[in-house]
Amino acid sequence: MSRAKIAVAGLPVRHSKLDRVMISPEGVPLNISVASAGARAGALLLDIVIILALIIGVTLAGIFAIWGFGSAFGQSLESAEGPLSVLMVFWIIAIFLFRNAYFLYFELGDRAATWGKRVTGIRVAARDGGRLTAEAVIARNIVRDIELFLPLMFLSSGEVSGTMSDFTAWAGFIWVLMFLLFPLFNKDRLRCGDLIAGTWVINNVKPKLGNLVAPSVPEQGNASATAGRYVFSDQELSVYGEYELQTLEKVLRSGTDEALDTVAASICAKIGWEPGSGDERIFLEAYYTALRAKLERGMRFGKRRKDKFSQTE
Amino acid sequence: MNDMTGNSDIAFPALRSDRFRLERESDWIRLEEIVTKMEKGKARKLSDEDVLALPTLYRTLLSSLSIARENSLDAGLTDYLEGLALRSYFLVYGTQTSFGGWLKDFLGGGWSRAVRAIQLDIWIALSVMIAGALIGYILVAGDSDWFYALVPGNFADVRVPGATEEALRGTLFGGQEQDGLGVFAAFLFSNNAQVAILAFALGFAFAIPSILLLIHNMALLGAMLWVFAQRGLTADFVGWLSIHGTTELFAILLAGAAGIHVGRSLAFPGAKSHLQAASDAGKRAALVMVGVIIMLICAGLLEGFARQLIDNSIGRYAVGGAMLLLWLIYFIGFGRKVGAGR
Repeated sequence: MSRAKIAVAGLPVRHSKLDRVMISPEGVPLNISVASAGARAGALLLDIVIILALIIGVTLAGIFAIWGFGSAFGQSLESAEGPLSVLMVFWIIAIFLFRNAYFLYFELGDRAATWGKRVTGIRVAARDGGRLTAEAVIARNIVRDIELFLPLMFLSSGEVSGTMSDFTAWAGFIWVLMFLLFPLFNKDRLRCGDLIAGTWVINNVKPKLGNLVAPSVPEQGNASATAGRYVFSDQELSVYGEYELQTLEKVLRSGTDEALDTVAASICAKIGWEPGSGDERIFLEAYYTALRAKLERGMRFGKRRKDKFSQTE
Repeated sequence: MNDMTGNSDIAFPALRSDRFRLERESDWIRLEEIVTKMEKGKARKLSDEDVLALPTLYRTLLSSLSIARENSLDAGLTDYLEGLALRSYFLVYGTQTSFGGWLKDFLGGGWSRAVRAIQLDIWIALSVMIAGALIGYILVAGDSDWFYALVPGNFADVRVPGATEEALRGTLFGGQEQDGLGVFAAFLFSNNAQVAILAFALGFAFAIPSILLLIHNMALLGAMLWVFAQRGLTADFVGWLSIHGTTELFAILLAGAAGIHVGRSLAFPGAKSHLQAASDAGKRAALVMVGVIIMLICAGLLEGFARQLIDNSIGRYAVGGAMLLLWLIYFIGFGRKVGAGR
């Protein structure tokens, strides 16, 4: 199946630059769209805020525990060596885990997305269409360390101790920029970690199953009295193509009465009918059904017509 | 919208593609319910029937999608099918093993296979590390001022060129009264793990930073060794180092090798494309890195507890040697049979 055909049949409005086709292991092409840089940045910011909040939370909890211990037993902190060191161990391990395991844990789950990614509606996937393996998730997140945490710590520690020269500050800054902007310089928006792990980040999609577009129209041929009022000749149906059909579908699915009026009027003008009034929806549904029946019949014989400007292929 | 009544009232819709839809839509809706539940993390609440039906429903959906693309001009329908196909695809081909299952597979051979797969890089990293230690030793032997350039201040409290034997011996033995060993172990682990991750991650830049990092760390060690060798404490220093060092240095060796592996396959991808080579190497190296973290936890415990508790060189050599033997047996011998099938 060619790319062009899928685009015509399925996808109305997308950033075509980020659209990709992934072949499932069954050999069926699946349309996906790569997550935009904005969504990625938003997700990352959210995740950083969450990690910081977790770290601060654990630190505060530890301080409260020490304070509670001290006041309960009336001991000063120096003599409370044992429990204090246990707390310290927990704290160090917790910080290590937050920094390294937060992304791992969530991206290994069924949704393959951290909280930040869930909010922005994106997820991690394997680039080759196969299974997203644990190794891949680990690889992409280990590299995050040099992309993000290392320069952050480098900059902040230098800032605090005041030992950073202008040169090192700028070098650190350029290092951060190089990695942060890396996704903008390749078409699949790959981070260095994605590159190493063979993954990419794509948009989640969740379209609802709508109702039938034109439920009131019975089968042509055994037409009942009301709907049988509209019978279109082949010529009247051959003015439009698939694009117009799907625009009409959108109007029928969600258009206001005014929109229905306008569309009905312009179709009537195009095919040379007198626009009636009061039953625009029935007219449009009848026209839609007839047009779709004609185009789908053509489709089954391999003849497609993209829009009103093109001839049947 | 109001006159779009429910689908059930329509006995026989006009379009063939609508009839196609009505015949199959109950399967789609069932699949969507299963998928939604699984995405919300409620997979355990699914009935056995639903779990068993998932692959079948998924394949039915894919065939529906293929038919719809060729036969239906209902954009809303194709959109829905595209979306649902993608969602269920991710669940059917998602990360299927539980964490426990993955860990079992990893320890039962996945790790040692990954280590064996990067053998060449391990030899490169090993020679780089030995060279680094030699450089450190020779530099300091030639001019002891080099020591201060190589060793950061916080390591070099009393362990400086010209220190007395007593002072040096004091740093090696007699630490058992120390409190807070657990904190020390946890700190060491966290610190070393971050260094190891760095050594790996820097491999991304064609392995050169990884190699430099290895050389620098080993030069520090070589410089230290010279200081102790000057006072005839070589054997004791090596013992002090080896109790955890066999594990820790091995881990750093593996991390550096993993970095070199990634860098090397980026620079010389061979017959594969750059991207393909990078992702293959990255996944292999990631497995090694998980192992490195585990080894560093062991090293942190050995360094924090065992080194302070075992206060003689013979005991330290015994523990260090036993650990080294254990790792070597594991990496060389483990998971061979399964490996043949892979």
